[in-house]
Amino acid sequence: MVAMSESNMINAQTDESLKEAPLQEITTNVLIVGVGGQGVIMLSKVLAALCQEQGFDVKQSEVHGMAKRGGSVFSHVRFGKKVFSPTIPQGNADILVALEWAEGLRWLSYLNPEKGVFIADTQRIVPPFACRDRRRYATSGYVQESVEEVINQVPNSSAMDAVAMAKELGVPKAANTILLGALSTTLDFEVDNWKSIIARFVPPKTVEANLMAFDTGREWIDNFDKQTQLENSVTAVTSPLEIWPVEQNQAVVEINAAWCKSCDICVKFCPERCLALDSQQIATLIKPEACTGCRVCERLCPDFAINIHTPAVN
Amino acid sequence: MSKTTEIAVTSPPPPKKVKESSVTPQVVPMMGNEAIARGAWEAGAKVASAYPGTPSTEILESLATYPVEDIEAQWATNEKVSYDVATGAALSGVRAFAAMKHVGLNVAADSLMSQTYIGVNAGLVIAVCDDPGIHSSQNEQDTRLYAQLAMAPVLEPADAQEALDYTRLAFDISEQFDTPVILRSNTRLSHTRSLVKGGERQEQEPREFLSDPKKAVMIPLHARMRHPLLLEREKALVEYFNQSELTRWEQGSKEIGIITAGTSYSYVKEVLPSASILKLASSYPLAEKKVREFCESVDRVIVVEELEPVLENAIRLLGIEVEGKAFFPRVGEFSPELVRECFEKVGVLEPTSKKTVMEIPPMPRPPLLCAGCPHSSSYMALRAINARVAGDIGCYTLAVMEPLHALDTTVAMGSSIGNAVGIAKAGNETRPIVATIGDSTFLHAGIPPLIDAVYNQANITVLLLDNHTTAMTGGQEHAGTGVTLRGEKVERVDFEKLVRSVGVKWVRKTDSYNLGHVYQMLNEAIKFRGVSVIISDRPCVLDPQKIKGTPYEAISKACTACQGCMNLGCPAIHWSDELYDGHHKVYINPDQCMGCSLCAQVCSENAIQLVSN
Repeated sequence: MVAMSESNMINAQTDESLKEAPLQEITTNVLIVGVGGQGVIMLSKVLAALCQEQGFDVKQSEVHGMAKRGGSVFSHVRFGKKVFSPTIPQGNADILVALEWAEGLRWLSYLNPEKGVFIADTQRIVPPFACRDRRRYATSGYVQESVEEVINQVPNSSAMDAVAMAKELGVPKAANTILLGALSTTLDFEVDNWKSIIARFVPPKTVEANLMAFDTGREWIDNFDKQTQLENSVTAVTSPLEIWPVEQNQAVVEINAAWCKSCDICVKFCPERCLALDSQQIATLIKPEACTGCRVCERLCPDFAINIHTPAVN
Repeated sequence: MSKTTEIAVTSPPPPKKVKESSVTPQVVPMMGNEAIARGAWEAGAKVASAYPGTPSTEILESLATYPVEDIEAQWATNEKVSYDVATGAALSGVRAFAAMKHVGLNVAADSLMSQTYIGVNAGLVIAVCDDPGIHSSQNEQDTRLYAQLAMAPVLEPADAQEALDYTRLAFDISEQFDTPVILRSNTRLSHTRSLVKGGERQEQEPREFLSDPKKAVMIPLHARMRHPLLLEREKALVEYFNQSELTRWEQGSKEIGIITAGTSYSYVKEVLPSASILKLASSYPLAEKKVREFCESVDRVIVVEELEPVLENAIRLLGIEVEGKAFFPRVGEFSPELVRECFEKVGVLEPTSKKTVMEIPPMPRPPLLCAGCPHSSSYMALRAINARVAGDIGCYTLAVMEPLHALDTTVAMGSSIGNAVGIAKAGNETRPIVATIGDSTFLHAGIPPLIDAVYNQANITVLLLDNHTTAMTGGQEHAGTGVTLRGEKVERVDFEKLVRSVGVKWVRKTDSYNLGHVYQMLNEAIKFRGVSVIISDRPCVLDPQKIKGTPYEAISKACTACQGCMNLGCPAIHWSDELYDGHHKVYINPDQCMGCSLCAQVCSENAIQLVSN
């Protein structure tokens, strides 16, 4: 299952008289992705250190700055005889390791379409951004592609619930080491070499737990059978958000001006900020299209001046 | 609704232990920034100063891991100060170093422009990290243009090994040609680890102070004498780069020749390894003779450079017809696939099929203020008072995103207060005018505009968001934290005394974990005519130590799914799978929640409670 590819595909016309042959070296490209705090950088450092120890030239590239703030994190690891570009050319990743489901899907275009190996954790870290729609029966903005769909379409793919596996082992933080174990089966390095590097990188007290997690990841891949996963796919997915039917259900806000005493409470508490006091200091709906019918104003109005009418729920 | 909780830090982590860099030479993977730091240390630099800024921050952090006897490594109040500190040290006769991000050079530019007239005594190197693609900046200016303007040579390494070697060499060039040298990195180089062979430190014998007013005191008379010398120095440097092995000619196809420098070189090697390549170490000054010879040797010359056509224009000035920006973009960061596409346009590569395994539209996952970030409530309160908000540089620029959506301007470091003065003086703003600025940014460039506001009697409110750290760049110390880069305890700037001393009469302190109080203070402040200052005092949840208290939970049966709590933009709050009247109830992730209580404060149903166990 060794994934090595020629990433330097050259179509340039070469001068026959050149003394030096054009570089024809094999570079292996591993793309590790996830969300800030998951250990993407740690994994790639382990891999880079191992490659160095095995005598390869290696480059590991990442973007800092926003990682701590919940943004997506990615790290390109490239190794070979001599590595030039710090980043993997799109469509040339030999292995894509995703610590989070949607992040894995984000980077699929980097995967070599013929022989790229995709190893994903089915863990879903839902960004608040995906929960912005306050309308009734709103759909989550989280990617909707299911595990079955993806592993059916992506040739060499496997998806595991590494977080659940790590919890089962009693080391909830070692999910990334389980994925490292899975990754290790696709590269030509000795297991003992992996283990000694891991021992060097993780805190001393957690060495044993991490090595156990590493073995678990390897075993999982060894026993992995796409068909079985597809058959048992219900358990393979971690609590997918259900997809709700979105329907038009505009709420009607009725404000009794005679009862309003301009206290401003509804204005301050409206989650969509669609209320305001008008020139007469009476609460008014200024952005009817933004109103989701949540009834906060109705419930908070001390003078019962607001009534919300929404279509009935069936 | 004003419940504030004292956050119990469950287990305070031990103080940051800095791993010391090995002084013995070995081959290790190093980030570009670490390699630059090692280069400065090996070159025998004695004084190093910087203001943090992505992607340059790790340079000084890394330098601080070398023995204190070898090098003074310190955070400066801003980039100009860092450059002035380095200049002073160099004039005093020791090798000196400053580091900054590209926009930091704007701040230091005032000094740089005349410091190049003065020259150096001992070597002076300034590392500047550009940010093509604008990963974490407010623009993508090209530092090489500054090098031309200041007539200071610029070295452009392509990988971490070169970053070390060039930095080391830059000190020698600086001394040989009596000039400051700019070492230009970029995000990709600074944040890529590759193998680096380190060397020994070369101790430098300190020189005498440069006691030569004609050279070092830039009055008009002296400056007029110095300027022609710069032109001579430029010529000498051109000759140096003509001769130097740094200017590397890689023989290849005669049909196409590529002139490139820095990280662009690595993309060219990746995509078009068969071409003839002239790899320049310096975009300014240009190795003119080498460029001429190279261009004559090939049929067609393409210049590959990120951002501005600096090389292309310089080569055209020599009367040589080259191509470059006709095919390669002037904006954004290069990547191997982009460079490949451009070579396809040039006509030297066949287009490849762009097959992907599966087309999935990417889900937006923008960066967010952290769970428990004290800035969230400040901007929520600003929304509530319907303020016109002049913002500044820091994590809090993220408040421009939904749901806080509470910033009207962000220009550059320290701009908020000046912008607010202008908005007030324009006279047509009916909303309260508030400038928001963080502690580190305030010290960096916020004090002069505050004095300006008081002096010119502007009717504005300044909300000083003191989170006790330089958060955006990863939690660096500054004069307001009372801790130095090397971890020594020093006097802490007293912000309240500071703002009072410049004449602000209305100063209040608040705690951003008490939303009601922030709102109340803002309401009072905007009623005050003149400059009012509110100092919000609450540490960052990540740095200098990660704060994690008892989390809150949303009681499902009490939640009415109004999602008002989600207006904080807290990453710990999501939809739960339950519905109320067709709306999603909320779920608070206990692993992410650090117990700031802000969501509980805004919940109108009292449905958010401390997790009890």
